[in-house]
Amino acid sequence: MAVDRREFLKIAGASAVLALGGKEVVDILVPGEVEASMKDLPIGQEKRWAMVVDTTKMDDNLIKRCQEVCHHIHNVPDLDSPKEEIKWIWEDDYEHTFPEQENEYVAEKIEKRVFPLLCNQCTNPPCCRVCPTQATWQREDGIVLIDEHRCIGCRFCMAACPYGSRSFNWGDPRRVMEDDQLKKLNPDFPANPDYPTRTKGVVEKCTFCEERLAEGKLPACVETANKIKKGALIFGDLADPQSEVRKVLRERYSIRRKPELGTGPNVYYII
Amino acid sequence: MYDGGKIITGLIIGLGLLFSPFIYNAGKAAKTPEPVLTKKAKQAKECIAPKAFMKEWHMQLLDKWRHEVVRENKRYYRPRELATKMTLDHDLMDQWRYLVSIGKRHYIPSDDKVYKKSVEETCFDCHSNKSQFCDECHNYMGVKPYCWDCHIVPKESKEKE
Repeated sequence: MAVDRREFLKIAGASAVLALGGKEVVDILVPGEVEASMKDLPIGQEKRWAMVVDTTKMDDNLIKRCQEVCHHIHNVPDLDSPKEEIKWIWEDDYEHTFPEQENEYVAEKIEKRVFPLLCNQCTNPPCCRVCPTQATWQREDGIVLIDEHRCIGCRFCMAACPYGSRSFNWGDPRRVMEDDQLKKLNPDFPANPDYPTRTKGVVEKCTFCEERLAEGKLPACVETANKIKKGALIFGDLADPQSEVRKVLRERYSIRRKPELGTGPNVYYII
Repeated sequence: MYDGGKIITGLIIGLGLLFSPFIYNAGKAAKTPEPVLTKKAKQAKECIAPKAFMKEWHMQLLDKWRHEVVRENKRYYRPRELATKMTLDHDLMDQWRYLVSIGKRHYIPSDDKVYKKSVEETCFDCHSNKSQFCDECHNYMGVKPYCWDCHIVPKESKEKE
């Protein structure tokens, strides 16, 4: 049986659709009934989440606003004590952010800049290696998480983290609801009833807002920063050459915190 | 018997003390727990699994959810899938056996509902009265789950506590 021109084109067309990724193409052409929000967004082994901080756009107010929003939605209390402080995102100066940059004569505008600091979600996280209960681990998409149910509060991870990204709950965070002085600092604690507080004796830190990523939203700090100054914080997938983070990193010079330690931090600072 | 009177009196007092809680509580049965359903729970009619199953197995289900959400990022629960698919998952098999044992072998939820695996957003959405719902049985059984140390109980019940 000879294949005529018409038949040939049909087969060629079908093969092209299959070659382009079979099921995915069919899914795009015939969308499923399930809403996107009700789907488990796959973690995706190909993904590698990263954040780029445009330090030229940073100022006290912007970082403070990001911290407020982050701590608000994650029920992080303000304990008014540097010893007990719990922080997911915070601010520091040039000298303390990049201590290995031992240049005595740094450009003044950079030296006076403020930098937002958060968990670097390292590619090679030392905190996970030392955890005796595997309560903290690295997800396939690179995010380092803590299973608060399993944390025994040994604080090995805090000792291992070179960035001071982890905070320990020396007491029950809910004590801010009872103590009169702390109540004033945390009037609406716990502000987000859908997000658990932590408990006494566990370690906590920034999660790159994994609960928001699961719903297809950007991390809260990125959303907030972009409302104030567009492009101040950029979030995306390093594994995708077309992603915004990759684009920005291609175009502008950036540094990371203590890269010489080999942790492979995934927060980039554009200088 | 030397000092017989003293010994016997002592024995009587001792035994009396020993049995006093039993005598005191004689005839009084402990109150059977009666979890109260909120209006919303009543209207929903159907929980995420059959009532008998939830009564006995909610902790296993919650534990499974906890693992799946925290570790595997699987955040949605489809009861229909659970009821129709015989996955060779140990927990699921246990649940399946249970459904068979209570004669609900063909239990299939009425429609293809999807629930978020979240105590706050799903369980507490209907059962917003912890003191009358959760605590009712937990107190009776003498169990003290520490879920609420972190997971936030809806305000309404807090006022009643």
